[in-house]
Amino acid sequence: MATRKVPGVLASFVHIDAATDAIASLRGQGRRDFTVYSAAPNHEIEEALGITNSPVRLFTLFGGLTGCAAGFGMTIWMSRDWPLLVGGKPIAPIPPYVVMGFELMVLIGALSTVAGMIFLAARNSTRGLAYHPSFSDDRIGIFVPAAADQAGAVVELLRHAGATEVRHEA
Amino acid sequence: MAAIVHHTQTHAEVTRDVVATLGTPGRGYNLMLAGAVTAFLIGAGTFVMLLKDGLGLAGYSPPVMWSVYITTFVFWVGIGHAGTLISAILFLFRSPWRTAVYRATEAMTVFAVMTAGLFPIIHIGRQWFFYWLLPYPNSRWLWPNFKSPLIWDVFAISTYLTVSTTFLVVGLVPDVAAARDKMTGWRQKVYEMFAFGWKGTQHQWRHYTRAYLYLAALATPLVLSVHSVVSWDFAMAIVPGWHGTIFAPYFVAGAIYSGVGMVLTLIIPLRKALKLEHMITEYHFDNLCKLTLLTGSILFYAYAMEYFVAWYSGNTYEQVTFWRRAFGPQWWAGWTMIICNAFVSQLFWFRKIRTNLTALFLISIFINIGMWFERWVIIASSLANDFDPWAWQVPVPTWADWGILLGSFGWFGMYFLLFARTFPVVAIQEIKEMIPMPRKGGGH
Repeated sequence: MATRKVPGVLASFVHIDAATDAIASLRGQGRRDFTVYSAAPNHEIEEALGITNSPVRLFTLFGGLTGCAAGFGMTIWMSRDWPLLVGGKPIAPIPPYVVMGFELMVLIGALSTVAGMIFLAARNSTRGLAYHPSFSDDRIGIFVPAAADQAGAVVELLRHAGATEVRHEA
Repeated sequence: MAAIVHHTQTHAEVTRDVVATLGTPGRGYNLMLAGAVTAFLIGAGTFVMLLKDGLGLAGYSPPVMWSVYITTFVFWVGIGHAGTLISAILFLFRSPWRTAVYRATEAMTVFAVMTAGLFPIIHIGRQWFFYWLLPYPNSRWLWPNFKSPLIWDVFAISTYLTVSTTFLVVGLVPDVAAARDKMTGWRQKVYEMFAFGWKGTQHQWRHYTRAYLYLAALATPLVLSVHSVVSWDFAMAIVPGWHGTIFAPYFVAGAIYSGVGMVLTLIIPLRKALKLEHMITEYHFDNLCKLTLLTGSILFYAYAMEYFVAWYSGNTYEQVTFWRRAFGPQWWAGWTMIICNAFVSQLFWFRKIRTNLTALFLISIFINIGMWFERWVIIASSLANDFDPWAWQVPVPTWADWGILLGSFGWFGMYFLLFARTFPVVAIQEIKEMIPMPRKGGGH
């Protein structure tokens, strides 16, 4: 089944300050539903959008703690499950098990970071949003969802900010 | 900035130049790939012979029950370390020179660790039972011995391979999307699949940049831990020449040294084959050489300290082991290690050498040879001269050892070359991040 297109206005910018002006104007109108495309992360765009820290760090933290607990838990439990007494040494010594705790902390921490990134990014789906290949090259793109009767005002705003190309996607 | 991104100054040019490397390969590339495939086939043939006739072909006899295969395992794990150092540690330190070379080094890491992972499996003899290494109980319900460094190694290497691969794949996504947008036809469809729906939206960048940072933060202690764990395979034993507290930092420094050597060996011909001379410049080689000089100097110190401690300990077995390393039947291996690693690296004090690519390529070959011999000297010569002088022997590699060693270079080279042609070998997105975007007034 073909993806249903979201109606709106797609603008392309060459200049970074033009794009940030457009973002500021859209936010000034109370809009938060637009999408900005760029080929690389850019601090000026982030500032204009008021982007805050990603909660992906929580996935890293909980993944790391889970991995660390699993590493120690696995080794201690397996040692105690069939105790091997060698020369009066402890059955479940902690220092050698730090290696397993550490390795699993990194492993589960890294995998949950990626899982968190995918989960969080997927919450803002790009399905149906207009896009142009030049946005992964040297242009900044802004897509503003707008019905046909609102499109004129949005086109005007984006042109005024300095967009080099603006088109209405029905 | 001009030194970091030489000539290539606009975002469009960066995309164009890197995506151009994904085109039809030239004759030089095809020759290199043919050489790698041939070497791999020789290794595969040798492996079939090992399966048929057993590890006796590899000359295993007491007291040297592992030699070339485990030497080569440590060699390839070490090669991987420079990749993570350059991609993760230097990312956290915000070193701009890493940008143009880190993708190639990261790919080198993944393929080197993949190669290394084959060797313990080859070494165990009955390869079809490799899963005995995993933490599940045997028929008597005995679990693996987690006090053994060999089981630590299984976890360290598999974690390292997984995290390095994840780091490489995550870093590739925006660049594959850039390639997708420049392609047409079936190639576009393939890149579309590997771009995982990447469009570069503000939401994607927000989570991506943080995730990449945390991955780098997790990979940083991992890279230091992996070769420490590898070193404990030896240092936890009481074999003379192995039982040293210096082993972990000594192995980590050696790993980075050998890895940077391999980076130079790979990048110098690759930049020519892929026409990336304007992106990977003298500036990058100069910094890679400084890193080599630093780690080579640490190795110099570690070698001196090993000999000093053997003498100062008053332990006869330690003293004899180190005496035989320098003046015993395999003195040439001991001196190859010292000359190629401790002394050759000191040439990088001279800027003229650091900026001469022919000299760099030759030196990088010496580094590779020296670092393979370092592991051979540590592993085989120590085992060959243990506590029972009547059992002393001179380990001599057999054709099966050389076949598998050659095959490992073919296996590694094959994957690396295929990667370099299939995926952007220079990080498009990170280079663009360093180039200011144009402003309305005409400035940057």
